[in-house]
Amino acid sequence: MRAWKSMLSAVVASASIGVALAGVLPDPVRQAELTHLVLHDCGSCHGMTLKGGLGGPLLPANLDHYSSEDVATFILDGIPGKPMPPWRGQLSTQDALWIAEQLKKGFAQ
Amino acid sequence: MMKHLLGIVLLATSCIAAAAAERRGTGDLGIVVERAVGAVQIIDTTQRRVLSRVTGLGDLSHASAVFSRDGRHAFVFGRDGGLSKIDLLTGSLVKRIVQAGNSIGGAISDDGRLVAVSNYKPGGVRFFDSESLEPVADIPAAYGVDNELSKVVGLVDAPGRRFLFTLYDAGEIWMAHYPSGGVPKITKFAHVGELPYDALITGDGRHYVAGLFGEDGLAHIDLWADKPVVRRILDHYGRGEEKLPVYKMPHLEGWARAGDRMFLPAVGRHELLVIDATTFAEIGRVAVHGQPIFAIARPDGRQVWVNFAHPLNDTIQVIDTQNLEIIHEFTPGKAALHMEFTPRGENVWISVRDADRVDIYDTQTFERLETLPMDKPSGIFFTARANRIGL
Repeated sequence: MRAWKSMLSAVVASASIGVALAGVLPDPVRQAELTHLVLHDCGSCHGMTLKGGLGGPLLPANLDHYSSEDVATFILDGIPGKPMPPWRGQLSTQDALWIAEQLKKGFAQ
Repeated sequence: MMKHLLGIVLLATSCIAAAAAERRGTGDLGIVVERAVGAVQIIDTTQRRVLSRVTGLGDLSHASAVFSRDGRHAFVFGRDGGLSKIDLLTGSLVKRIVQAGNSIGGAISDDGRLVAVSNYKPGGVRFFDSESLEPVADIPAAYGVDNELSKVVGLVDAPGRRFLFTLYDAGEIWMAHYPSGGVPKITKFAHVGELPYDALITGDGRHYVAGLFGEDGLAHIDLWADKPVVRRILDHYGRGEEKLPVYKMPHLEGWARAGDRMFLPAVGRHELLVIDATTFAEIGRVAVHGQPIFAIARPDGRQVWVNFAHPLNDTIQVIDTQNLEIIHEFTPGKAALHMEFTPRGENVWISVRDADRVDIYDTQTFERLETLPMDKPSGIFFTARANRIGL
């Protein structure tokens, strides 16, 4: 567990590549698609209520010590050595940042 | 006077019984989980219709179920630690308890008396009396020097009131033997491999196999051996190639056995592995549409039906187990994630989550026979599971 945490910080430190501050928000249709994806597809590992499953919990308290950019980096690049896959290719940087921000606020159910 | 009174009482009692439960068997019944609304639909596979709906079951994402040995009751395991006992005949919730904070599935003992639940939080396995749902034993999955609790996956029953389960974080497999009237005795198998994510037991109760997320290969135990040990099978099946990102973990339950062959999903590959069911050596591969989630044999073993991970989860392929060819491919709709065969395999029920539908197909003609509207349907479980080891 400790090893994993230090690895995570290493990932965050080295991999802010690609996550530039995005100006454009996904449009409402895309937001609805992303919400569905988070609850049902991310939810298949992290739980539909995001309280965790095989993957860790994604509630605001769990993400407090990461910035939205950090969280977006985990989403886009995955976490090496853990089952978390990279979603780049399926999600744009804007998509990932929007999801990260919603997660940090508490995802609207 | 007394006789008259008795007559009235008898009449009244039988009326109550008739109202509560139609006089019928349960061999053609089952449940469909509606994951987002915490409900199950009780269905009839002969009439191909919904009989009733039971609500108030909590968070049913990733929910699964086992059945009492008389096929009358379903035990539903929810993500939120809920364990619900449902009467299929009366369409009612008999009892519901919340036994942990986060759980993943369960099993029932061969004699039908014990229901076991595997938990992520607190990591471990808890046992309940199947009649009353009263707790009877608790096995925390403590490992390592710090006695951390591991998430538990791949819980199955084995003959002789035994249960096997896998510790995801610890990389261990434990076997609990729970004699009637005694306390559970645990045998531990350590160092089985990196991140074992799910496991299965073969229908004869002989082989327990855990899939490894962190390595190419699987951990196998022959429970018929005098001294069972863990050995690696299909080592390096990925041959060092980079694996694709895995958007949904494959499931091993219901691993497809077809005659002397078994079919299983390769993690992070668009392939099914075909292995010899006695030696567990690889004998072939089938290139498929996407990363397989479930590969399930029709009960006669002649066909294997496969569905796929996001984003290719709208498609199902059917493989002929004799010539390994894909004989049929169709797209029921987005998130076709669960399939269940009727006991003899003439029909298959498929939940199409994002279309809010369950479709019923003929497995010979591949024709769609019926469509039932459901709310975000996921797992489908038929009572025939009551009579099968490990389901």
